[in-house]
Amino acid sequence: MQVTITVNGLPYTREVEPRLLLVHFLRDELNLTGTHWGCDTSNCGVCTVQLDGVPVKSCTVLAVMADGHEVTTVEGLERDGELDAVQKGFMECHGLQCGFCTPGMLLTARWLLDREPHPDEGTIREAISGQLCRCTGYENIVKSIQRAAEL
Amino acid sequence: MHRKEDARFIRGRGNYVDDVRLPGMLHGAILRSPHAHARILSIDTSAAEAHPKVRAVITGQTLAGLNLAWMPTLSNDVQAVLATDKVRFQGQEVAFVVAEDAYSARDALELIEVDYEPLDAVVDARRALDEDSPVIRDDLEGRTSNRIFDWEAGDRERTDAIFAGAEVTINQDMIYPRVHPAPLETCGAVADFDKVTGKLTVWCPTQAPHAHRTLYALVAGLPEHKIRVISPDIGGGFGGKVGIYPGYVCAIVGSIVTGRPVKWMEDRSENLMATAFARDYHMSGEVAATRDGVIQAIRVKVLADHGAFNGTAQPTKFPAGFFHVFTGSYDLQAAHCEVTGVYTNKAPGGVAYACSFRVTEAVYLVERLIDVLAAELGLDPAELRLRNLLKPDQFPYTSPTGWEYDSGDYIKTMRMAMDIAGYDKLRAEQADKRARGELMGIGISFFTEAVGAGPRKHMDILGLGMADGAELRVHPTGKAVLRVSCQSQGQGHETTFAQIVGHELGIPADDVEVVHGDTDQTPFGLGTYGSRSTPVSGAATAIVARKVRERARLVAAAMLECSPDDLDWQIDESAEGRAGSWAVRGDPASRKSMQEIALAAHSALELPDGVEGHLDAVTVYNPPNLTYPFGAYICVVDVDPGTGQVKVRRFVAVDDCGVRINPMIVEGQIHGGLADGVGMALMQVMAFDEEGNHLGASFMDYLLPTSMECPSWELGETVTPSPHHPLGAKGVGESATVGSPPAVVNAVVDALAPYGIRHADMPLTPANVWRVIQGDPFRTDLAIP
Repeated sequence: MQVTITVNGLPYTREVEPRLLLVHFLRDELNLTGTHWGCDTSNCGVCTVQLDGVPVKSCTVLAVMADGHEVTTVEGLERDGELDAVQKGFMECHGLQCGFCTPGMLLTARWLLDREPHPDEGTIREAISGQLCRCTGYENIVKSIQRAAEL
Repeated sequence: MHRKEDARFIRGRGNYVDDVRLPGMLHGAILRSPHAHARILSIDTSAAEAHPKVRAVITGQTLAGLNLAWMPTLSNDVQAVLATDKVRFQGQEVAFVVAEDAYSARDALELIEVDYEPLDAVVDARRALDEDSPVIRDDLEGRTSNRIFDWEAGDRERTDAIFAGAEVTINQDMIYPRVHPAPLETCGAVADFDKVTGKLTVWCPTQAPHAHRTLYALVAGLPEHKIRVISPDIGGGFGGKVGIYPGYVCAIVGSIVTGRPVKWMEDRSENLMATAFARDYHMSGEVAATRDGVIQAIRVKVLADHGAFNGTAQPTKFPAGFFHVFTGSYDLQAAHCEVTGVYTNKAPGGVAYACSFRVTEAVYLVERLIDVLAAELGLDPAELRLRNLLKPDQFPYTSPTGWEYDSGDYIKTMRMAMDIAGYDKLRAEQADKRARGELMGIGISFFTEAVGAGPRKHMDILGLGMADGAELRVHPTGKAVLRVSCQSQGQGHETTFAQIVGHELGIPADDVEVVHGDTDQTPFGLGTYGSRSTPVSGAATAIVARKVRERARLVAAAMLECSPDDLDWQIDESAEGRAGSWAVRGDPASRKSMQEIALAAHSALELPDGVEGHLDAVTVYNPPNLTYPFGAYICVVDVDPGTGQVKVRRFVAVDDCGVRINPMIVEGQIHGGLADGVGMALMQVMAFDEEGNHLGASFMDYLLPTSMECPSWELGETVTPSPHHPLGAKGVGESATVGSPPAVVNAVVDALAPYGIRHADMPLTPANVWRVIQGDPFRTDLAIP
């Protein structure tokens, strides 16, 4: 099937199999490899992107379902050479180690701060609870998002 | 300073193995055994081969023709790459398909027909040595049982004598259940064999790229200089990426067979089912003590479940790793342990998941036993520890099982943790709550780690001594490149190792590029695991930087026309990024900065005889001893008596890893390890049913802590430098994973004390805790009635 998906503001038209997962469309068709793949049961959230501004696990979305929609990936966070506040917050507060969960965390954090500019710790923890991190123990991710809210 | 690594990771510009794309690259997928134990009668690959997008189907027979059907393990056993005779665990590799794309490769797996004859499976390690237990490893000549090894340490006679005369003895059986490191990035490889040059390049998230290269040379018969292993950015390792997995060998063979690059990436279920598990120690511990709480001796028997192949990663002479550090932080007269390893119909592994070679098990054992003893004596567990902790003047301390602890100031660290936690107040709060029938628990763990393997006279992996190399080159403009053999998987080596060079040479850390993970570009060494990077490669980095600094002294002397002996090393702390220079003694204005010296070293300056010019050095660091970081952890939990749910309310962690190179990174390491501990204690287990079906093979069942299960960690720090390390630094990466599980379990058991409970096995899930409260605990590792 032919799909046209707008990714980070640019439209991409591709011929895809109906079974192709969005995560693989982004990684393999568009070479946007910031979006990762960490499990096969929709638990880990390292594949999280924004679909029309809402975080989704792209391993649980077919590429054809994104036809005509807008996707934002980690590669789209930086604008005109300026890092997004969430990117700065994670860097300043050591909110990442191996970096594998980071892209997904950043997109959820961006969504959260768009809806709620100054979330408390409980709100942040709940917002990222669909995303696993094996390195940070979450503490600095919470701080990173709080820092991003200040920036 | 910010981490250098972050700039790419926050932009999605990391380069992980699945991001590698090569022209003409094919994709592999593995067909796995549905049975835990079965004879293979036949494999029909014809339909898969007929698939239009399939380029090769490889079976054990294909590999047998190349003498690659079996490969050596890190424990001098052999492991099937693709099963030929029979399968020995569920999820074992049976066939490998190479296709034009990953989806087609998976499609083709379903076209392969394998005819199995099921055999009885050995699932319960405690029955592996029964007379009627089927022999799993009938491939090994002369094997008539499932016994892998018997090993012991300590002084049996002395220990038994103390037990015979002891005022008080306690014993407790406990299981450290099988868990899995589950890095978020699974394992995989891209293999590219160039038929023209004969060179094999393998991209692979390996924690030990040089060891992999050597093993590939030995296994595949390829010359070592024609093998290049590239370990790119790794999405977490945690010990799960130390060994060589069959998928790597299959990808290499796939590339050799097809003449094209082949990528193989496992999915999560494959990762959980077939790559290195951790723990699975069945421990029976005893303590001998006086009535007033002086601990005298510990005696332990362990049954170690190693799965179907002994693939455990540890130094050759240590089949149970460093388990015999189990006497912990206490001043004992004697100790003895016996460990028996057995085969079962499960995946291989054992040493992984930040265990420091079985120190997790050792620390869990002793810290649980201390609490059982405290309950027996009616003593507060903090007080019992304070009475028995080693004193600062006892270091270096030789333990009853032969370890020489380098340094420690345990009571200070313990007191700090108790102060941060407000220990006395917590106990008062607990008494109030108990009076009201509420379940609150306080758990303590005081641990001594043993990291930085290791002295090569004792420690090798398959004959490769556990020393690590470092090469440092200062460019003419004073910027530097450091090449090291350790391999970060998120621990921040690119930042901290640059800091070490910066510290030693007086140049900004931003001016130091750290290269690792490419065997063509870096010196030989054994990689990163066992928290060994700082102890070994960190020391190598300091030494090589000091060599460069000494070379710089000679160049500076030529520049200043004085004797090298007349020069003093000066660091200007006020300068941006610390400026280092060699200055004439008594005339500090006459000096040359490292930048000036670097340029001069590459210039027309006339140098003294024997000084070659340029500014570089090479070293290999053979550590004289391990480092022994330590810590005091206190966990506070609330338990719901109606549901058995445990809530970790607080967690205080005071770690002492000697000198902290980068405190921000150290704290991040500790946070992550504490989350591991909460996960293991409360959530994680890989259980099996009686047919050997794996009951934790996805994140639906194998539960990892989220942001909701982790409290906000409360950290403290003491600094007791390692006297033998060039920087005084000790490893720390695994401390929290080692130290935290017993704190959580001790807290839960403490909460359950009103029910008269002295022990419950991990994971303390609501169901398990509830059953324990009912007086009906069950084996968490087995779904066997």
